[in-house]
Amino acid sequence: MAHGPSGGHQAYYVPESSKLPAFATAGLGCTILGAANTLNHIKQGTGGMSWLLPLGFAFFILVLWQWFSTTIRENMAGMNSPQLKRSYVMGMQWFIFSEVMFFFAFFFALAYVRLLAVPWLGGEGDKGLANDLWTGFQATWPMMQTPQEAVEASGGAQLMAKNATFIAAKKIVDWKTIPLLNTALLVTSSVTVHFAHTALKAGKRQALTIWLLLTLALGFTFVGFQAVEYHHAYTELGLTLASGIYGSTFFLLTGFHGFHVCLGAVMLTVMFLRATTKGHFTPEDHFGFEAASWYWHFVDVVWICLFLFVYIL
Amino acid sequence: MGADHHGPAKGLTRWLFTTNHKDIGSMYLWFSFAMFLMGGTFALVIRSELFQPGLQIVKPEFFNQMTTMHGLVMVFGAIMPAWVGLANWMVPLMIGAPDMALPRMNNWSFWILPFAFTMLASSLFMEGGAPNFGWTFYAPLSTTYAPPSVTYFIFGVHLMGMSSIMGSINIIATIMNLRAPGMTYMKMPMFVWTWFITAFLLIAVMPVLAGVVTMMLFDIHFGTSFFSAAGGGDPVLFQHVFWFFGHPEVYIMILPAFGVVSEVLPTFSRKPLFGYSSMVYATASIAFLSFIVWAHHMYTVGMPIAGELFFMYATMLIAVPTGVKVFNWVTTMFKGSMTFETPMLFAIAFIILFTIGGLSGLMLSLAPLDFQYHDTYFVVAHFHYVLVQGALFAIYCGVYYWLPKWTGHMYDETLAKTHFWMTFIGVNTAFFPMHFVGLAGMPRRIPDYALQFADYNMLSTIGAFITGFSQLIFVVVVIKCIKSGKQATDQVWDGAHGLEWTVASPAPYHTFSVPPQVR
Repeated sequence: MAHGPSGGHQAYYVPESSKLPAFATAGLGCTILGAANTLNHIKQGTGGMSWLLPLGFAFFILVLWQWFSTTIRENMAGMNSPQLKRSYVMGMQWFIFSEVMFFFAFFFALAYVRLLAVPWLGGEGDKGLANDLWTGFQATWPMMQTPQEAVEASGGAQLMAKNATFIAAKKIVDWKTIPLLNTALLVTSSVTVHFAHTALKAGKRQALTIWLLLTLALGFTFVGFQAVEYHHAYTELGLTLASGIYGSTFFLLTGFHGFHVCLGAVMLTVMFLRATTKGHFTPEDHFGFEAASWYWHFVDVVWICLFLFVYIL
Repeated sequence: MGADHHGPAKGLTRWLFTTNHKDIGSMYLWFSFAMFLMGGTFALVIRSELFQPGLQIVKPEFFNQMTTMHGLVMVFGAIMPAWVGLANWMVPLMIGAPDMALPRMNNWSFWILPFAFTMLASSLFMEGGAPNFGWTFYAPLSTTYAPPSVTYFIFGVHLMGMSSIMGSINIIATIMNLRAPGMTYMKMPMFVWTWFITAFLLIAVMPVLAGVVTMMLFDIHFGTSFFSAAGGGDPVLFQHVFWFFGHPEVYIMILPAFGVVSEVLPTFSRKPLFGYSSMVYATASIAFLSFIVWAHHMYTVGMPIAGELFFMYATMLIAVPTGVKVFNWVTTMFKGSMTFETPMLFAIAFIILFTIGGLSGLMLSLAPLDFQYHDTYFVVAHFHYVLVQGALFAIYCGVYYWLPKWTGHMYDETLAKTHFWMTFIGVNTAFFPMHFVGLAGMPRRIPDYALQFADYNMLSTIGAFITGFSQLIFVVVVIKCIKSGKQATDQVWDGAHGLEWTVASPAPYHTFSVPPQVR
């Protein structure tokens, strides 16, 4: 057989037909519809199909479970040529790139408000006229008084459309406490997952199990500490989602990162269970594991940026 | 793995459960056409109201919903899925691949769309009405002052984004991994090249769109203040993030058009494409520039002068690679032995009319002039010239070009040419006068207007209705072509070259199970 652009051409397995995508759409659709309905129910009291969200989500997870099982079965049955495996590799790489761009949007927002919008509100630069609307507002970062509070504190002479209340935090999270610890945890876990990968490639199953377990422990501890930090922020520091733009950027950046850590931890848990209970993966063929470890390194890199731009600077 | 030589399954489940790139391509194309008719109907409601000054037919609130839904449905429902449909059908055929790289995910990318648009369309019947804040959904119109249906809109956008990202990952993996032996990157057909770059743009910016609607969601439901100055945020932040997505997005809709036209012109000029490699580099340059020009949509919002200047010069730079392309197309035709079948008519019309749209874009790129043009009908004229006479014409161009390959029959040339000329007359009658009313100061997105704009608006409305009803001719052409017509040869057009013309007409259900050798 002839040779392709980057390696050999074997028969490329194209599944004849599959119920999975249609069911996945149904699951995802119900989840999304349920989520929108629930949110509007909370806000306006309309709707009332809140059962749709958990039901749809459970169904969606079930379909994904089936989907991944199918691909694993196909691979174990030897249906995947090296060329097809490259497709999966590329799929994961570009998926991670799309995730990078998702975080880019929030870092972009953070940079914009810190470098431009907030200083302008405080009267700086050639757009500093904005300060006329928000008299008494001082541009500081972290923002310890929102423009709304500043106007109210200075007598609140001007008319202000008050659609929401934004109360700044009393204090912010000190990076030398939990965040520093969490950085150590996550960076270490990136190293341990790499050792697990090395062990897998060397065929050392026992070492793989231990390193992977250690990675998971570090990951879940990270999430636990993050929860403690959030609790502390809400109950003692007065730092909430409604703490103005500081709280908004803080919680969305760290929150979405935390969500991705959870996702990565679930992936690695699955890989752990596959390796220990099913005996999956060989030193040559273990892309499922590799993809999960790539994802784990990715959330680690995002955290480093967070630690720098959200907590320290 | 099934029987020896498998054709499609029967009935509805064929379409629901298919993994075949041709089936999925057809579904994308039919879906996109359905959305085109829906978005077109919304457009006709808008044009009916604007037929005369004063308020006659709809209430202003409903008018706002119509402009919003028209834009959203046309951009995300009609143009983008049409391109994905063409990519699904043609990319594997053009690179000698057996199917798309990830066939099941391919079907999932498609089926998400009908769901997302049903949800979006259903918002018309919700309390408070459909989204009414314009297709660009600027905050705070889309946050503080939005109707409750905005939540469904946000999640709908998330779904469309997921569909686009998965579709693009699939296209990139197909192009990188499944090219036939011997097909190096610089031997790829231009349509494949433009889609390769488009897919990259999609993966880069759809997550940013997801990010901005997520910020909206949190501002609406969870008390954050991304777009509220009272909390230290900034409504202009919305515009920056939106247009960081939005500007590459308009190239996502036009780059595949460049590809189709670069396929069709050589065929009917019976000459190879002039300057192939410069076409590739020009496409890549346009894609790169698309990331650093976003704020040219926001000159009047109050940016520092340095920003205005940077974005103005960067935007003007885009005219250079675009000029390279137009020059190459014209030179491809130069001294060719040309014939004027319907695809060629659409291609030539594309070059002329897209260039008009490009030049009005150049006018808009000039910050001091944009202060006059901003938010007038001049902008509406500009983007309809690039999206209707540009993207839509190129989609029709591609569909007529490849229709015989899909159906195995030649379409009715007389009827198709009637469709072309009626559409050509219709769209120019509709959109050309908008330049004049815009320059004279008629604002966009307003259901009523001053008396001096009456004549041109009446003309625009007549043009819009000619355009709308002419599309029914297209339906007849396609259905006739599926059912009967002269048997098409494998090559179909005597000047056509490329792998897609080496397979039978109609293209068998499975093609290139063994990759061909490309020299």
